[in-house]
Amino acid sequence: MQFMLLFSRQGKLRLQKWYISLSDKEKKKITRELVQTILARKPKMCNFLEWRDLKIVYKRYASLYFCCAIEDQENELITLEIIHRYVELLDKYFGSVCELDIIFNFEKAYFILDEFLLGGEVQETSKKNVLKAIEQADLLQEVSYSTSLLY
Amino acid sequence: MPAVSKGDGMRGLAVFISDIRNCKSKEAEIKRINKELANIRSKFKGDKALDGYSKKKYVCKLLFIFLLGHDIDFGHMEAVNLLSSNKYTEKQIGYLFISVLVNSNSELIRLINNAIKNDLASRNPTFMCLALHCIANVGSREMGEAFAADIPRILVAGDSMDSVKQSAALCLLRLYKASPDLVPMGEWTARVVHLLNDQHMGVVTAAVSLITCLCKKNPDDFKTCISLAVSRLSRIVSSASTDLQDYTYYFVPAPWLSVKLLRLLQCYPPPEDAAVKGRLVECLETVLNKAQEPPKSKKVQHSNAKNAILFETISLIIHYDSEPNLLVRACNQLGQFLQHRETNLRYLALESMCTLASSEFSHEAVKTHIDTVINALKTERDVSVRQRAADLLYAMCDRSNAKQIVSEMLRYLETADYAIREEIVLKVAILAEKYAVDYSWYVDTILNLIRIAGDYVSEEVWYRVLQIVTNRDDVQGYAAKTVFEALQAPACHENMVKVGGYILGEFGNLIAGDPRSSPPVQFSLLHSKFHLCSVATRALLLSTYIKFINLFPETKATIQGVLRAGSQLRNADVELQQRAVEYLTLSSVASTDVLATVLEEMPPFPERESSILAKLKRKKGPGAGSALDDSRRDPSSNDINGGVEPTPSTVSTPSPSADLLGLRAAPPPAAPPATSGAGNLLVDVFSDGPAAQPSLGPTPEEAFLSELEPPAPESPMALLADPAPAADPGPDDIGPPIPEADELLNKFVCKNNGVLFENQLLQIGVKSEFRQNLGRMYLFYGNKTSVQFQNFSPTVVHPGDLQTQLAVQTKRVAAQVDGGAQVQQVLNIECLRDFLTPPLLSVRFRYGGAPQSLTLKLPVTINKFFQPTEMAAQDFFQRWKQLSLPQQEAQKIFKANHPMDAEVTKAKLLGFGSALLDNVDPNPENFVGAGIIQTKALQVGCLLRLEPNAQAQMYRLTLRTSKEPVSRHLCELLAQQF
Repeated sequence: MQFMLLFSRQGKLRLQKWYISLSDKEKKKITRELVQTILARKPKMCNFLEWRDLKIVYKRYASLYFCCAIEDQENELITLEIIHRYVELLDKYFGSVCELDIIFNFEKAYFILDEFLLGGEVQETSKKNVLKAIEQADLLQEVSYSTSLLY
Repeated sequence: MPAVSKGDGMRGLAVFISDIRNCKSKEAEIKRINKELANIRSKFKGDKALDGYSKKKYVCKLLFIFLLGHDIDFGHMEAVNLLSSNKYTEKQIGYLFISVLVNSNSELIRLINNAIKNDLASRNPTFMCLALHCIANVGSREMGEAFAADIPRILVAGDSMDSVKQSAALCLLRLYKASPDLVPMGEWTARVVHLLNDQHMGVVTAAVSLITCLCKKNPDDFKTCISLAVSRLSRIVSSASTDLQDYTYYFVPAPWLSVKLLRLLQCYPPPEDAAVKGRLVECLETVLNKAQEPPKSKKVQHSNAKNAILFETISLIIHYDSEPNLLVRACNQLGQFLQHRETNLRYLALESMCTLASSEFSHEAVKTHIDTVINALKTERDVSVRQRAADLLYAMCDRSNAKQIVSEMLRYLETADYAIREEIVLKVAILAEKYAVDYSWYVDTILNLIRIAGDYVSEEVWYRVLQIVTNRDDVQGYAAKTVFEALQAPACHENMVKVGGYILGEFGNLIAGDPRSSPPVQFSLLHSKFHLCSVATRALLLSTYIKFINLFPETKATIQGVLRAGSQLRNADVELQQRAVEYLTLSSVASTDVLATVLEEMPPFPERESSILAKLKRKKGPGAGSALDDSRRDPSSNDINGGVEPTPSTVSTPSPSADLLGLRAAPPPAAPPATSGAGNLLVDVFSDGPAAQPSLGPTPEEAFLSELEPPAPESPMALLADPAPAADPGPDDIGPPIPEADELLNKFVCKNNGVLFENQLLQIGVKSEFRQNLGRMYLFYGNKTSVQFQNFSPTVVHPGDLQTQLAVQTKRVAAQVDGGAQVQQVLNIECLRDFLTPPLLSVRFRYGGAPQSLTLKLPVTINKFFQPTEMAAQDFFQRWKQLSLPQQEAQKIFKANHPMDAEVTKAKLLGFGSALLDNVDPNPENFVGAGIIQTKALQVGCLLRLEPNAQAQMYRLTLRTSKEPVSRHLCELLAQQF
């Protein structure tokens, strides 16, 4: 996967994750183009489209669009389920997640994504394992480590 | 407010986000953000004792502001400080900031790498994972250099935790993708392969991705992965739906891992080991069988996961292309999906069938679905699905169904989406040519294309029909008759006029016997369209008319009358004017024999890859080559339809069709031998650009034209030049010069020839010469790729006042530059008065569909118009004193950038344009020069003195001229050369 974007029905970007190196200008251009293209599509249309030399897989959940760009040989259907699994993870963590959760706790949305996908590839598909990692981190939050203790 | 506030609530952050959300306008939002930025900046600057929590909060706010789309240029240091915090959340926010806002500041990178190094060494798995995530997210070369050697060690270490192994594998993958040279292969690779056997499914999932990427470059090193992957896959496929616990997804066992394993196997040919192969075939059959079982859940997630594996299995079967039984089963399965109610599945089935169509085992099976696919083309509501259907029809087309498919595509074209019309046109044109049994069908099809979708018929398509008609004498009469009929429609597309004009000009004689299409009728039919057409078409029609004079002497008087009309001879467009003048003269001075030789029938075109096919490939990428695969499968097609001989080599010379239309600067492909007089004439008639003669005198064609005394009283130079400099884009329309523009310009201050610019696509060479206040420059644009550039347009722009200081006239160049080809552009330059800024050269074109643009500074600087002046020491000093006003002198003292070599310096000064005067300066180490800058309005005398100081490695340069800005400008230009 080359990148993942989350944006609202109004076209506001809620989360962006880039697995390739691009300039900020290029990222903004891509985002603008894709948000426009996808928002213009009708609900019953298929979830895939060709864009430049990439394949776009997107799906709408309530007010949010999840959009992934994958390379030519990657699998569209499994990408669709990557999106779904990520939504499930957010849902489980926030408890019936809504767009506001992602706005106000954007850093958590990033942390969960990093546990699930890394470098554009699925790292861990077990819901339990991903959430365990995040919850462990939450437990650690105010615990102070003295570096000397670690050795 | 947030529904939940899990983890560490940062109240300040939540309040800020709420504020932003409550902003009623963009302006209010920007105001609020600027206020916050000022606040954070003062917090970071002022209070040294900012505690970790505040630092984290502010860094988080900056991150939020950045993610809203605003630029952030500070806070990196505070984020880096957080990395070494001993509080987990502070560290985590620090890493997040670094991952999102990477900064290439080397000092910071050193600090970041240091923090990462500490965390990697900490043996705390949570910290190690954070550090690995950061490396994977940034993935920069610097990080690769620092860590690429350590990560394999962490990955295969016996005591690494599972989660650390997972992160390490994917971290390494990202680094390898970014800079493969930095990741050393070694004994760890064998141990990575064995991770496929790991008990932890998450570790296997991560490791497969890494292996899939690594084995592409080093297939032999990873060969053992095949049998391991097969056995892992076999275990998953045969497990019950609940065996894998949390790795089961909606009753599908480990779908992600299965897909990845199937993808890994596609990196290799079928397994050689019979046992392994048997086991794999069993897996593939199991997947195909399961597709027929009733679903275990009604949820779309269940069917998606299941079908993801199925499609990947089919990909592997297609990749192996060796199991006829499996291929046919795959095809049948996809056939079911073609009528599935899920749009996604129909889309994917059409896409997947495209590849199946090119396998000899399944081609026939795919063809049985033709009616369904045609139906999809007609009824699908989603344009992207219709596009897939059109692709599949194209892929499944062969001699047996070509007529049906072409006629369906033509029918579809009438209502097709604008976005895909051009592609459909190309496909129809290719199929019609490739599978034409009789060429009358081919001609009909192309003319239908023009009728239905004339706007989308690109030059390639109608050039191609002309090539084919020219090369096949059995179809010429039919073509002439058909275009003649088509032109009788009251409104016909301009492309039809072009094709008609060309074909009748060449083969109109074949239908002239019929009184209904006698020469005068042909002529008046064509001429009735003339006034409605664009300049290019009218130019083409004028060529048709001169050919008519040769073919049908009885039309000579009428046509000469047309050519002589004021609207032609005095046409504002130079191209039309020139053609009218030349053709008129040619028809009156040349004997019948000469005329017949000059206007002989076009020779056959050399056979080569169809330019349309090349165009489609460019449009669609490598996948579009399925027509090529077809011809490989069906070699007989080459014999009959030689026109599409698929050669892998790309066309390296300009398309011959471009020449035959006489609109391009290149000479005709095959000039018939003729007397020397006629030969010259030929050049004059056909070439509309000056040949590359580095002469400033009038070129032969200029002389030819001036002898004719064209009625429009313009100088011969203007005749050859772009008639509409006013139509040039203003400076607002072009981008700023590329960053290296000044540097490139400096290279040309002291020389006139060389490579001005080069990147992966394009090379621009310059050859120029200047005399007095005039110059001529040849720009050579070389296409370094194998793909044609389109809409190629280099223009010269005069920013600011330059228009009044420098006149540059350019010739238009061909809009297409074929792969490997070079086009030349001639610039005539006149210096009107002294100027400071060079003109800009803006080059724009489309490469593989993507627009490219580039702005350079044209290497025309004021010193080019220098005329060297020799003078004795006495005169020099006298003039030097005359120019003693402070504003007349410019001086610069600067450090030497190049080795101080007297000979090199001399050469540079001569190249700069001034004369070098010996024995003037009492110090023999110094250089003294003199010259006059020639402009139309005035002359500027210049004296210069350059004093090298070898010891200090410095120069002092003094310029004295009669004009203040010139002194300064010359001084600046010259100072950069040493």
